[in-house]
Amino acid sequence: MEPGHTITLAAVGSHLLVGLSRAMILFIVSSGLSFVLGVLRVPNVAHGSLYMIGAFSAYAVFTSIGGGSTGFWLALALAPLVVAAVSFVAERSLFCRLYEREHLMLLLFTFALMLILDDLVKIIWGAEYRSIMAPDYFKGSVTIFGSSFPKYNLFLLAAGPVVAVGLWLFTNKTKIGKIARAAAVDREMVGAVGINVSWIFAFAFVLGCFLAGLGGALMAPTVSITLGMDHDIIIEAFLIVTIGGLGNMWGAMVGSLIFGITQSFGVLLWPQFAIVFPYAAVVVVLLARPTGLLKSVW
Amino acid sequence: MFKGNKKTLLVSAILFICLLVAPSFLPRFYTYIIASIYVTALLAMSLNLVVGYGGLYQFHHCAFYGVSAYTLALLITKSHVPFWVAFGAGPIAAALTGYLIGWFCVRLSKLYFGMLQISLGSLIWAIAFRWYSLTGGDDGIHGISVPDFISSTKSSYYFILVVLTISLVLMYIIIKSPFGTTLQATRDNPERCEAVGINVRKHQLIALVISTFFAGVAGVLYVILEQSVFPDLLFWVFSLEIFIMCLLGGWFTFAGPIIGAAMMVSLRTFVGVYTEYWTLVLGVILILLIFFLPEGIMGFFLDKFGAKAPNEDHGGTR
Repeated sequence: MEPGHTITLAAVGSHLLVGLSRAMILFIVSSGLSFVLGVLRVPNVAHGSLYMIGAFSAYAVFTSIGGGSTGFWLALALAPLVVAAVSFVAERSLFCRLYEREHLMLLLFTFALMLILDDLVKIIWGAEYRSIMAPDYFKGSVTIFGSSFPKYNLFLLAAGPVVAVGLWLFTNKTKIGKIARAAAVDREMVGAVGINVSWIFAFAFVLGCFLAGLGGALMAPTVSITLGMDHDIIIEAFLIVTIGGLGNMWGAMVGSLIFGITQSFGVLLWPQFAIVFPYAAVVVVLLARPTGLLKSVW
Repeated sequence: MFKGNKKTLLVSAILFICLLVAPSFLPRFYTYIIASIYVTALLAMSLNLVVGYGGLYQFHHCAFYGVSAYTLALLITKSHVPFWVAFGAGPIAAALTGYLIGWFCVRLSKLYFGMLQISLGSLIWAIAFRWYSLTGGDDGIHGISVPDFISSTKSSYYFILVVLTISLVLMYIIIKSPFGTTLQATRDNPERCEAVGINVRKHQLIALVISTFFAGVAGVLYVILEQSVFPDLLFWVFSLEIFIMCLLGGWFTFAGPIIGAAMMVSLRTFVGVYTEYWTLVLGVILILLIFFLPEGIMGFFLDKFGAKAPNEDHGGTR
């Protein structure tokens, strides 16, 4: 703690914005996790690895295009698709054969997948730090509340709600989205009316992983892309999903906001122990509302 | 109490004698590896006490292991208390932490239990990771001096083996005791237990305290073997690894976690010698096991060779 450190209104405002933009990334990643958890009922431990693959794929696309604005947008578009493809292969080749099995076995499988994917990333990209650049018009910062705020974070602030609305429209207005939601509530019934539940599961898994990849690609310009970046995000995503209500997309949003904002205010209040704040917030929420803030699907 | 079959007892006795004489024949490196298998095995068994027998989603077990290791390390390096006091303080600190965290966790069920524990455990990790002036932050604490009689690899091997054996016997007694059987009943059918007047939460909490105590014993043994501590001991990835050891060896079996721990440690060591991609190998082996040995390694052998089959009605799962 820095003694005599005064907290100005401007600092509060800028930390709030940083927290909000962090929350948007957390939301994109954790909504994917929540979706898989809701439909398949499996805590996908490999979700963080897929996020990392998203970031590394974004790097690969960005550098092969030669950078610039096109490189950035192409990376953003292609990286989540790479992740979706990886998860599709894993799901159809192995995971789909396990749905009838012991539940903890599914958890064990996602753990094995995490180990394999992490090492594949190490083999392909090595252990060095990588980075990509946002386009010029996202560089620099703007002055809000009397303190400077990176432009790219404003872009993240916009991306979160776009994904949220897209996901909501998708799960509420399209047929396959509705079937997936139905499968989350009662999978036997969905199977009984003649729908191929296995493909719905595949679809939900791939969509969830796509969101992890999207989160990774969006995060790529703001962090150094490296091995181990999956470890923090996965635990945070799990906690967010739990405090929001398992499988509830808006719960993931609420949880992300709580997590992101407590994290950035932690930095403001007590930098050394900033990481303690979001965990403490989770403890408080879980003790007050043991099954999460919003209704969980199961 | 060991009224099980004589063959098991005989095999255990032979194995124990082999382990006793092993350091005289093995190079120092292998002695060290076996000792670290012991420590990991004790940790995995202590977890299995609540996961396998209690059916609780203990997702952040290594937090207690780390608390104990840090307690011992800090007492040795920062204070002048006698070694044995510090040695006893470790597991007690772990059990107290277990009681505190467990008191909150047993109020929730299943996945929520696990998640609350992960966040509380992560709080402890964050403190160890960030409180540089006390814990050395991410550097950890190195060069912890232990008494001369356990400072060499060989002597620490024997010390660890003795403590492990005592702990295993105690755990076995606890599992076979009325308390242990009641605990298994609360795992299989909590509603009925509640109905016949068993306080389910109280049993779960006691089991959790016992389990964290033994995790603490493993924690102090770790310090004796490695003479250093670092925050990764408390990181959730390690907790997940221990959980996997139980699944791997076969939970619902007493010795399963030992096999799981031995496999994990030796894979890391020996595959790690040939390739830095040992986790890839581990992942592939895990997938093969999931597909071909669903009951875990120990469960498979019990099934195959006629001994008592593991309980089919897994209460620890949904």
